Amino acid sequence: MEWFNALLADNRIFTPNTIGFYWEGLVTTTQLVFLSLLVGLVLAVPLAIGRSSRHRWISLPIYVYTYVFRGTPLLIQLYIIYYGVVFFDGIQETFLWPMLREAFYPALIAFTLNTAAYTTEIFRGAIKATARGEIEAARAYGMSQSLMMRRIILPSAFRRALPAYGNEVIFMLHASAIASVVTLMDLTGAARFVYARFYAPFEAFLFAAAIYLCLTFAILFFFRWLEKRLLAHLRPQSG
Amino acid sequence: MKKLLTVSILGLAMAAGTAQARDYDHVRFGVDIPYEPMEYRDADGELTGFDIELGNALCAEIGVTCEWIEQEWDGIIPGLLARNYDAIMSSMTINEERRQTVLFSDPYITIPGAWFAPIGSEVDEINEESLAEKSIGVQRGTTFDNYVTDNYGGVASVSRYSTADDMVLDLQSQRLDLVFLEFIVGQVTLLENHQGEYQVVGEMVTEPEEYFGEGFGIAFRQRDEALAERFNEALATLKEDGTYDEIFERYFGDE
Repeated sequence: MEWFNALLADNRIFTPNTIGFYWEGLVTTTQLVFLSLLVGLVLAVPLAIGRSSRHRWISLPIYVYTYVFRGTPLLIQLYIIYYGVVFFDGIQETFLWPMLREAFYPALIAFTLNTAAYTTEIFRGAIKATARGEIEAARAYGMSQSLMMRRIILPSAFRRALPAYGNEVIFMLHASAIASVVTLMDLTGAARFVYARFYAPFEAFLFAAAIYLCLTFAILFFFRWLEKRLLAHLRPQSG
Repeated sequence: MKKLLTVSILGLAMAAGTAQARDYDHVRFGVDIPYEPMEYRDADGELTGFDIELGNALCAEIGVTCEWIEQEWDGIIPGLLARNYDAIMSSMTINEERRQTVLFSDPYITIPGAWFAPIGSEVDEINEESLAEKSIGVQRGTTFDNYVTDNYGGVASVSRYSTADDMVLDLQSQRLDLVFLEFIVGQVTLLENHQGEYQVVGEMVTEPEEYFGEGFGIAFRQRDEALAERFNEALATLKEDGTYDEIFERYFGDE
């Protein structure tokens, strides 16, 4: 206990002030990741359906989009969106500027477009992997294309995509660490601030890492629960 | 746990073996560029600036060769401790916080900080009221960052940048209302390179000493006292024989 007291007395890094920075960082990271995943997911569903379309004029543009966003580093996408927009003359006068002025929205746009591209490909794979028998059965019942999509293909595709999507969520959380390069005070930004102010890389980054671990744990737990519920029909029945 | 302990003791022992002060005949300087006119690359890509020229002159005086290694500011002290280079000569303000980690030479120049804003900015004085809700740019981990964060962090939003370049870019794009940085750096990058677009707001800031310290110093690892002493002597010599004044005139003299 004595060494612990000594440690606390010696501590000049974890003051209420810096803990406040970490807390704000945690809030920013959570908001950024959650919102981008949510919007990305909503975008990805129609894109994935379009991507599996037989019509090339629908599937090709979507393919180009996913190829570009999966083929370039997220950091570069973030730089282009954050520093790139200001090179459009007069952007400061448009209604978009109040949003683009903040670092948060450019980062949100970059992250959303990026995760939407990955999620589109995850869903497309799952849609493609639908068993032929299920589709033939649906046809035999006289289901239209859209009804079949709604009732047969998408529900089973979502279930199949779940483990891969859970990974994407975790990747996204970790990828959000680059938000601090555009001045956003996310969790990593807070750690960099503490590190630069106190020259204490271990304390500053280990603390942030511990928080990331907790977040990851929560995500893992949520997806395990979801898989248990939604993939119950795939488990071997006992008793 | 026991294994970890053994390994760290072994590590300590090895570190202690090399920790004895050694005689340097080659000194590597860590430097964060661009920070015109203190350190930057000229049109040919050559490293130049007040720090670079003074540093080279000091090395010549001592009789060592020197080398400049680029390092981003927020990792510049850890880089010194990790032995990526032997000293930092990169417009570093001497202050108590840093003194706990590094050993400073005598100050070689003192430079005030200043607020810069676009001409026509509604901010015409610096206090908590006029800065309320404004966005202020600083370089992360600098004394300026600490000063602004502690004094105006509550009322204004502070954006922190890794390089001065990114910060100037965001000031131009109107993301920032003001930036706070060394006067001479702002003078070159904002007042001279963008004539008629920016102005200095309020007074030059040199106080309190808690933030702005005693001036710029060369930082060494704590144990390199002998090396720091050699640089202090060389600095005194250069100030006496006029070399220092000559370099100073070249960068800060009135043309």
